[in-house]
This record gives sequence, structure tokens and C-alpha cells, in this order.
Amino acid sequence: MKDRIRKLIADRKVIAVDVNSLSDSADLYEAGLSSFASIQFMLALEDAFDVEFPERMLTRKTFASIEAIDRSLSELLTERV
Amino acid sequence: MALPSRTIEELRAPAERMRAVAEIAARHSADVDREGRFPREAIDALKAERLMAVMIPKRFGGEGLGLLEVAELCTILGQACGSTAMVYAMHQIKASSLVSHGGESPWHAGFLRNSLCAVEVRDGRFTLEKDATVISYGLYADAILVTCRRAPDAQSSDQSMVVVKQGDYSLAKTTGWDTLGMRGTCSEGFRLVSSGDAAQIFPQPFSEIAAQSMLSASHILWGAVWFGIAADAVARAQAYVRAAARKQPGSVPPGALRLAEVVSMLQDMKASVVAGVVRYEAALKNPDELSSIGFAVEMNNLKVTTSQRGAQIVTHAMLITGLSGYKNDTPFSVGRHLRDITSAAIMISNDRILSNTSNLLLVSRFDTSLVN
Repeated sequence: MKDRIRKLIADRKVIAVDVNSLSDSADLYEAGLSSFASIQFMLALEDAFDVEFPERMLTRKTFASIEAIDRSLSELLTERV
Repeated sequence: MALPSRTIEELRAPAERMRAVAEIAARHSADVDREGRFPREAIDALKAERLMAVMIPKRFGGEGLGLLEVAELCTILGQACGSTAMVYAMHQIKASSLVSHGGESPWHAGFLRNSLCAVEVRDGRFTLEKDATVISYGLYADAILVTCRRAPDAQSSDQSMVVVKQGDYSLAKTTGWDTLGMRGTCSEGFRLVSSGDAAQIFPQPFSEIAAQSMLSASHILWGAVWFGIAADAVARAQAYVRAAARKQPGSVPPGALRLAEVVSMLQDMKASVVAGVVRYEAALKNPDELSSIGFAVEMNNLKVTTSQRGAQIVTHAMLITGLSGYKNDTPFSVGRHLRDITSAAIMISNDRILSNTSNLLLVSRFDTSLVN
């Protein structure tokens, strides 16, 4: 799933730097993730994984790193089963 | 003339002290407005009454007041002089950043979210140069909080905040402040050149400071100032209607109906500000909540709503007071109020805020419960 997240970040040009230069735990905001881009990225994630982020997950922390996104998505996908 | 500063033991309740300052501010408000000069008398009085440091925790020599109490102080001052109140509010907004994010370093015991300039650190010292479009009361401040990129190679949104004290920096004026309203804030543009101890750089990224204290404190305290301006305009309108009623007993003056309408608008504005503070204080208990999208939407809306409401209210007060309100030299004058309140929609433009909110609402849903 982390690879799909990385591919989305690259395809949607979510950040200006090369996503492959970032570790899973690297801070995406420090890598240049803007408020506008983060929302567009959330929508892309919702579309790609067919989920909807509940209000409680719409915090800065949820989208701070690839690892954090992976954790939130896993939780949503598990709930669905 | 410097006023003698009071000791803690001599202090009366903050609101009572602020009413004394407001009297001084009111005396000079017309001159400050006309000349576009710094409200020196009122700011000196604020310092003498020790009202600048009220938000600082008691253990650091302040009074540890919360945002609701400080908002009330801004409202009291806003009824006397919009410029003075806005200077005071801006000071408290910066103080709230220091209180929330200063950490334990004694150093920490001003569109915002992108920077061109960067702070450079070498051997424990920082250097920073910034072309600032606006530094409110820059020439009169004892310290300035500067936002900038975290390092020369950092992205424009990867920002730090640095506190620079007088002596750490030089200011070269680049633009003036001859404006329609809020003329006493003296928000001129400067080229700032500074250097100092690297410990003067806040440990947290500015994005967190902005989300957790600055954005909310700004919108709440601006709202409180605008409410003060609007409330004084309504008080003048009411005085006008009452004077008319006394002259013709038995008949209801023509402005009375509009007065009833504008008072209901004022009550609505008050509810917005108070609800904003209550929401903020609830969120304070949870850092995740403070950085949530839902909270950001509500704080954005608070600014847009109060700035629009304030302008509507003062315009209404002008209609009620008529020519007496339009003239600058009657007890019912509301021209200064009207000019001051027009700044509300453009200090961080409502259009930019609404466009930010419209983006957030692509994922966030409004809480439709009445009590959260």
C-alpha cells in the first residue's frame, strides 16, 4: 500500500521534491506539502482506495508522513471488512 | 510623560484598568486618526496599567489571563479607538504564540504561510533579512516576531518564526501607511536586517504555531476589536435616537426601527465571537483538534462573519445617525468607525480565506449538531 501511496504522490505532483528521496517516516509538510495540495491529495487517496476519511482523521497528523497515511488507510480498510 | 508603573499588589481587575486606558484612548482617537500617528498616550497607559503582559503566565510575571478575558479587554479598547485596540490585539496575538510555543528557552518564555526570505544559522548565531510589506507599529515595537523559511534550501511553506528584540535588528522604511482607516496602527513596510542567538528561533515549525495559536487568536481578537468598534457605533446611534425621542415625546423617532434591527445584528456578532472563544478553549485541550480541518473551517468562518457583520452594523449606525453621524465633529460621528471597520474584510482578505475554506470543505463536513 505504501508503494501505491508513493505512486500517487509522484503522479499527482503533491510535493515538489522526488518522493523516492523521502523515507516512510519523513515529514511531508517539511518536504513542501501545502494546505491546498494536502486536500487535493486526500481526495486522490479517497478515490484510489475507495474510502472516505471521517472527520476525526482530518488532522495534520494523519497526513504527516507516508507511514501515517498508511496507518490511517489500513484502519479504514479493516473497518470495512 | 511616562506614567508610573503599578506593582502587582496595586492592580485592580483587568477590565477596570482597561476602562481607564480606554478613556485616554478615546481622548486622542480623533487626533491619532487625523494625523495617522501612533497612539502613544494610550500605549503608554497600557504599559503603566501592566495590561500588555496579562496573557503571560503568572510564574513569568504576567497574570495568566485566558483568551476570553483578553478578548473582553480588546472590546473595551475597541469602543474607544480602533487603531489602539488593533495594536493591542496584535500584541496579544504574538504573546499567545510566545505563551503556547515558547518552550523552556528563556528567549521564548507577525500572506503568512509562504516566505521568500530564509533564516541562516551558523555557529549558534542566526542572520535574517526580510523585505516585509507590512510591520504594524514596527518603529514602536520592543520586539518583532518574524516568519521566514527554515533554512536557505527549505521550501517556501517550510517556515520558522524568530523573535528579534530591539538592538537585534535595523529597519529601513520602504512603504508608508496613509490609509482609509486604522491609521494609528502605522503598518508601514520595512526592510528588516537582524542577527542574534540561534535560540531565538522557535523550536516548532511555524505551520504548527499558525494552526495552534496564531490563526485562532488572531480571528478571535480581531473579532473582539471589530465588535468593540461596532458596539460603539451602535451606542452612538442609540444615543441619537434617544435624543430625538426626548425632543418629541409620544412619538417613535424614524431611526428607532433601524436601531432595533442593528442591535439584533450586534447581538448576532457578539454570539459569533463568544462561540469562537468557547470552541477554541475546548480545542486547546487536544492538539489534534487544534490542527484539525474542521476547526480551521470554523476559525476561518469566524473571521469572515465578524468582519462582514461589523461593516454592516456600522453602515447601519450611519443610516440611523444621518448627517450627524456623517459629520466628524458631533457626539454621534461614526465616520472613523466606518473607515476603521472597512479594514476588517481586507486584513487577510476574506476572498483568500473563503477560497481556503472552499478547499477544506472538499473533505470536511460541517458539524450539524447544535452542541458539539
